[in-house]
Amino acid sequence: MDAIVQLQRQFVDYTTSLYRDGFLDDQFTQLQKLQDESNPDFVVEVVNLFFEDSEKLLNNLATALQQQIVDYKQVDAHVHQFKGSSSSIGAQRVKNACVAFRNYCEERDPEGCVRCLQQLKREHYLMKSKLETLFRLEQQILAAGGSVPMMT
Amino acid sequence: MASASSSLEVLAIEERPHVLAVDDSLVDRKLVERLLTNSACKVTTAENGQRALEFLGLGDGQNTFKNGDAKVNLIITDYCMPGMTGYELLKKVKESSNLKEIPVVIVSSENVPTRIKKCLEEGAQEFMLKPLKQSDVKKLRWHMKEFSHPCNGKLCMGR
Repeated sequence: MDAIVQLQRQFVDYTTSLYRDGFLDDQFTQLQKLQDESNPDFVVEVVNLFFEDSEKLLNNLATALQQQIVDYKQVDAHVHQFKGSSSSIGAQRVKNACVAFRNYCEERDPEGCVRCLQQLKREHYLMKSKLETLFRLEQQILAAGGSVPMMT
Repeated sequence: MASASSSLEVLAIEERPHVLAVDDSLVDRKLVERLLTNSACKVTTAENGQRALEFLGLGDGQNTFKNGDAKVNLIITDYCMPGMTGYELLKKVKESSNLKEIPVVIVSSENVPTRIKKCLEEGAQEFMLKPLKQSDVKKLRWHMKEFSHPCNGKLCMGR
């Protein structure tokens, strides 16, 4: 029983830190509320879709910014999409990086855009590894026979 | 399989309102589908306006509205989509004598007053901001047209 309690405590602490440090916002909580016995993997599925989608967007952004003549409208369209999907899963810092990026698109600032892309890649990577850690903790709790605490 | 919370709240499959959800984002389609299914709706998703129109029987080359399966009680569409925007889709629906009665809700991640005004003037039932939450979707139930199979005088409410 102790092992389960310890894992649950770790889970709660980790989740709390993700919200506190701005990685996740309330929308992530909304996603968790949509998960139930009939859809036990909903959050993981949506998050996986997000990361599949965003890898492509990051590649498209890198390509678009490498062009001789940058099509800022196209770059902005990609960032807008990225902003939308990160907002939908509650990935707050990723979303904020997108908001900053759009400003530089509007300014048609090539160096600013490249910097923003780097920042976006960093936030994206951080979000990915933190969610992987979170899901791993969930799996460990379930494997030990416990239940995942509900964060309200 | 539809889950039931109590005998009074069970909705048979045919009685659930049918929502057509249109969004180019796969993440958002999955999210809206879950939200609507949780509110006891039957959901069909479309990734763009053209596919949505085809489903509604208004695609190129189609000239009759298909009854039965395609019966839709609400259309919820993203505003920003490549190709046909949600606004353009709204216009096409409202221009169709067969479909204009179907309530259309526009969703957008951007709060642009002129955009909202334009959509409402064109006949959108409501304009909602993304990301959608369960509480937003519950509100939508009140916009939906009457179910195709009336409930013999009983008031059927979803969860």
